[in-house]
Amino acid sequence: MLITCPYCGPRDVIEFTYQGDGNRERPDPASQNFEAWNAYVYDRLNPAGDHNEIWQHSGGCRAHLKVVRNTLTHEISSVAFVRGDHGRGDHGSAARRKAEDKA
Amino acid sequence: MSPRRTDTGGRVDRLKTIRFTFDGVPYTGHAGDTLASALLAKGVTLFGRSFKYHRPRGLLTAGVEEPNALVTVLKGEVREPNIPATMIEIHDGLVAISQNRFPSLAWDINAVNQLGGKILSAGFYYKTFMGPVFGPLKGTRFWMFCEHFIRRAAGLGNAGSAKDPARYERMNAFCDVLVVGSGPAGLMAAKAAADQGVRVMLADLEPRFGGSANWSDETIDGAPAADWARRTIAQLEGRDNVRLLPRTTVWGYYDNNTLAALERVSDHKEQPAKGEPRHRYWAIRAKSVVLATGAFERPLVFPGNDRPGVMLAQAAERYANEFGVLPGERIALFTNNDSAYRVAVALKKAGAAVVAIADIRPELSPEMRKLAAEAEAEIFAGHAVVATEGGKALSGLKLQRFDMTNGTLTGDARSIHADCLLMSGGWSPTIHLASQAGAKAEWNAARQAFLPPKPTQKWIGAGAFTGSFSTTEAIAEGRAAGLAAARGQSTPAVLPVVEAVPGDPDPAPVFEIRANGKSFVDFQHDVTAEDVRLAHREGFVSVEHLKRYTTLGMATDQGKSSNVPGLAIMAEALGKPIPEVGTTRFRPPFAPVSIGSLAAERFGDLKPERLTPMHDWHLAHGATMYSAGLWYRPMIYGHAGETIEQAYVREAKATRESAGIVDVSTLGKIAVQGPDAALFLDRVYTNMFSTLAVGKARYGLMLREDGLAFDDGTTWRLGEQDFLMTTTTANAGKVMQHLEYFLDMIWPELKVHVTSVTDEWAGAAIGGPKARQILATCVTGTAVDNAALPFMGIVNGEVAGVPVMICRLSFSGEMAFEVYCGAGHGTHVWEALVEAGKPFGLVTYGLEALGTLRIEKGHVTGAEIDGRTTARDLHLDWMLSKKKPFIGSAMMDREGLIASDRLELVGLIALDNRPLNGGAHIVEELDEANPHGSIGHITACCYSPALGKHIALALVKGGKARQGTRAHVSDPLRNRFGPVEIVSNHFFDPDGSRMHG
Repeated sequence: MLITCPYCGPRDVIEFTYQGDGNRERPDPASQNFEAWNAYVYDRLNPAGDHNEIWQHSGGCRAHLKVVRNTLTHEISSVAFVRGDHGRGDHGSAARRKAEDKA
Repeated sequence: MSPRRTDTGGRVDRLKTIRFTFDGVPYTGHAGDTLASALLAKGVTLFGRSFKYHRPRGLLTAGVEEPNALVTVLKGEVREPNIPATMIEIHDGLVAISQNRFPSLAWDINAVNQLGGKILSAGFYYKTFMGPVFGPLKGTRFWMFCEHFIRRAAGLGNAGSAKDPARYERMNAFCDVLVVGSGPAGLMAAKAAADQGVRVMLADLEPRFGGSANWSDETIDGAPAADWARRTIAQLEGRDNVRLLPRTTVWGYYDNNTLAALERVSDHKEQPAKGEPRHRYWAIRAKSVVLATGAFERPLVFPGNDRPGVMLAQAAERYANEFGVLPGERIALFTNNDSAYRVAVALKKAGAAVVAIADIRPELSPEMRKLAAEAEAEIFAGHAVVATEGGKALSGLKLQRFDMTNGTLTGDARSIHADCLLMSGGWSPTIHLASQAGAKAEWNAARQAFLPPKPTQKWIGAGAFTGSFSTTEAIAEGRAAGLAAARGQSTPAVLPVVEAVPGDPDPAPVFEIRANGKSFVDFQHDVTAEDVRLAHREGFVSVEHLKRYTTLGMATDQGKSSNVPGLAIMAEALGKPIPEVGTTRFRPPFAPVSIGSLAAERFGDLKPERLTPMHDWHLAHGATMYSAGLWYRPMIYGHAGETIEQAYVREAKATRESAGIVDVSTLGKIAVQGPDAALFLDRVYTNMFSTLAVGKARYGLMLREDGLAFDDGTTWRLGEQDFLMTTTTANAGKVMQHLEYFLDMIWPELKVHVTSVTDEWAGAAIGGPKARQILATCVTGTAVDNAALPFMGIVNGEVAGVPVMICRLSFSGEMAFEVYCGAGHGTHVWEALVEAGKPFGLVTYGLEALGTLRIEKGHVTGAEIDGRTTARDLHLDWMLSKKKPFIGSAMMDREGLIASDRLELVGLIALDNRPLNGGAHIVEELDEANPHGSIGHITACCYSPALGKHIALALVKGGKARQGTRAHVSDPLRNRFGPVEIVSNHFFDPDGSRMHG
C-alpha cells in the first residue's frame, strides 16, 4: 500500500503508523458525559468501503494525516494534513474549536 | 539419438550433450531440455508415486501446473523437494531423485494402499483419528500411534536440514507497464507499450520467451511462429526502456498494483556466476499490468486417467515441437474439443503413429475430419475412454459409445493398443493473478471456463487469459492491451498475419466419464471423482468445505488442473449449474516460492543497537551489559569473583553509605517549547505544570484517554516557554507520538513544538550522602548548596570545562543530582565526576542496583505501570489535579477503576528469608499440590541491603487494606513457596528525609 504524504510524496505503508478511526469527536474536556467519552475512547466505525482514518508518517515528517481509504480495495482516495495546510494555525473542525473554547 | 528423440525440430541443441542423474542412474540430455523432456526422450515413463495410494505416475503436463512428476534436487548437502520435473532445466551435474517411494520407484511397498482404496477415501483421517476412543483402532490416541507411519507413507519429498548456503536477493522495481506472460499476446503488448517509450517489464516463468509460439505449428507473417517470437524478442532486447525477466514467476498480485515475482537466476547452472544469487525476489510496482498468462488445458476424468502414459494433449505438442521428444510411438487422443486435432497433426508430423481420436461429441466439423485424416487417425465420434491398461506404462485403452446428453455408455468396449493417451478436457484461463487482485471470476458457459473478472486494479488482459484462444485474437488483444496500458493512442496498424489451424474454442460440457475404477480429479492429492461425490453424500455443500474435506486443489499445484473438473462434478452431484456452486478465490503464491527469496538479505539479528555516550567507558570498566529495549545498559560493574547479587548489593550499599553514579542517558527526553507549552503540559499531565517556576523540576504522571496510567517522569522548566520533559526509557517513543497526536489532532490551535532530544543529552545521576560534596569539588560556575540548589532545583554550571545542567532530584531516595551535558561530552563529564568521587568512595552502579534502590523506596516503573493499573492503584492519586481536566480525567473515575478489590501496589517481605521471584503469585492459603486463588503477583524483587531482607513490590487485590497481614508466594514454575508479610511499598526512609537532606 502506498500513502501519498503531502510533504514527502508517495511512500510505502511501512513508514506510517495507523492512529485510528478519524471519525471520532473528542468530547468537551470538562464534560462528564460518560456516554460520549465511552463512545470516543472505545467505539470505532468499521465500514466496508470508504473509511476516514488517521495515519502518522512516523518514519518521515511525523505529520498526522487524514486518509480516506476503501477497506475493501485499499484504494486511497484522499490524503490531507490533519492540521490543514502546513500545520500551524487554526484548522480544527468547527465542533472541536467550540469544544476547546469552552475548555 | 534417443529412442523418443526426433531427428530435427524443437528448440533443443542436439550438438550439446548434458549429463545428469535421476535416482542415481546417469542420463544424457540436450541443452534446452527440462528434466521431464530429457527423461521422456530416454523412454522414462515413471516419475513418481502418488500421494495417498502410491500409484505409479508419469508426466501429465509439460509446465508449471505439473501435479505428478515432482522430484527432489540435491545440491551437496542441500535438498530441495517437490519441484516439478517440467520446471527443471537440466545442467551438467544435476542430481535429482524421485519421491514418496520405498524402497524404489519401481518397487514401492506402499503401493499396497491401492487395495485399500475404499478405506482411504475422503475424510479418512477425520473419521478414523478424531474424537473419543471406541475400540482399539479409532480415536485420537490411535492417531498418535499411527502418525509416524502415516507421515512416512503419505506425502511428498522430504525437506533437508542442512543450512542453505545459497544467496538470495530482493529487488524493488518500478515500471509503467508490467507484462506477465510472453506468448504472442504478451510479446505484442510489450512491444506496443515499449514503442510508446514507457518503462516496460516482461516476465515469463519459462526460460524461453514466446509461450505457445515455441510449440505451435502456426506461422506468423509467413514464418514459423517461433521465428516471429524470436524476432520480436530481439527488438525488445536492445531497448533501454525494457527489462526482460525470463525464468520469472509473477506469483502475487497485491494492493496498489504491487506484484511479487520470483526470478530463478542460477538454478539452471552448474555454478552461479560470481555475485549471482540463486533466486531473486522482485517487488514490482507497476502503473499498469498486462495479464497475458494464457490458459491451462484440463484433463478429462475417467477410470485410469492417471496411468503413466496418459498426458494432456498440449503437453505432448510441447514435448514434440519444443523439445523434439515423442511421448509415445502409438498415440491415441481423447477429447471434448477441437484443440486435440491440431496436436494429432503435429505428432504425426513429428513421426508418431496416431491410432485413434476418441471424441465425446457425436458430430464433428469437416475441418476436424480433415485434420484427423491428415494425422491418419481413426475417428471415434461419440465415444469415450472407459479404462486404461498397463502397469508402470500404458499398453492400451478401452473405448465405449458415449451419449453426452445423459452420460450413459452403451455397446461393447473396444480395445485399442497404444502406449500414450492424450486427453483434452477444454481450457481454463490462467486467471490466478486477476483473482488475487481482488475480484471474482465469471463462468462462461460457451467456453466452459471461468473467465477473468472485471478489473478491480489497473490491469488489462489479453489472449487466452481472456478466453480468446486463437493466436490471431491474442495478437490483436495484446497490441491493444499494450497500447492502453502505456496510455498510447490507438492507431490503425497492420497486425502480423497468423496462419493457424482452424478450430472451435468451445468444448462439449463433459468433464467426467462414469465407469468402474478410480477416476482422478486431483492427481497430486489423489482425490477421485468418487471422493467428491462422497463428500456431497456426507452433506458438504459449500465449495470451500468440499475443498477442505477432500483436500481437492490443496496440494502444491493448488489445483491448477483439477479445480474446474472438481467443481463440475460437485455441481452435478448438487444438481446445480457450475456458477451457482461458485469457485474459490486464488491466493498467492501462484507457484511455490523459496522461503530464502522472501527473506533475501534480511536474516539474522537486524535490530538496531542504541548505545549511550558512555558505553565504551562502561565496557572498559568491567560492566556487564544487558539490553533494555534497543538500548544497552550496564547491569553491574562486577569485581573479580563476585556473583551478580554480590555486585549489585555492594553497589547499592555503597550508594547509601557514601555515593553512587549511574548512567541515565537512556531516559526519553522531549523538548516542549512554545507560548502554550505550560498549558499543553497541564492538559497532558495529571498535575499542574503552569505553576512550576523557571529553574525548577516537577514529577509528572500521564494517563491514557481511558484513564489508566501511561508514563511518569520529571519535567524541567528551563524557561518561561521552554520545558525539558523526561520519560521512562521504554516509553520515549510512545510518549512522543502521544504528544504529537494531541497537538495535531485535538489541539491544533496550541502553539507548541515538541522535539525528541533523547540523543542530544548525556545524563549521569549521582546520589548518596556524599553526592553534594563530590559535586562541590568538581562543579564550577554555580554553588550546589541547599540555597542555590534546593530539592527539585535546576542550576547551570560547568564540569571539567563543559557546560552542564544539574537538577536535584532523586530516584534512589538519596540526596541525588542528575547532571546533563551535550552527548558528545558525555564520557568527559562522566570521567570527571568519577574522578572527583574517588576520595569519597563513589561507586559506579548498574541497573540491578538502580532497581534495588528504587524497590527499597517503592518507586514505580514499567513493571507497575503495566497498562492495567490506575494512578490510585499505584498510590499516586495525590497527583490527580482537581482544578483542571487532563487526558484521562473524564474516564479515570469509572466504576471498575475505583473498585476496592483492584490490584494495588504493596511491598512484600520474605519471612523465610529466601529470594523471591518476579511474576510469582500471591495467595492467601498455600496449596502447593493444587495452586489456586491468586490475589496478585510480584512485579519486582531484590535483596535489600538497607533492610537486610529479601523484598519485593507486588500488585495485590485490595493491597492497601492488607498491609500488615501475611500471605504466601506461590510459584510452582520455580517451586518457590513461602510466607510473606504485606507492607507499604515505601520500605526505606518513607518520609524522604535522606533526599531532602
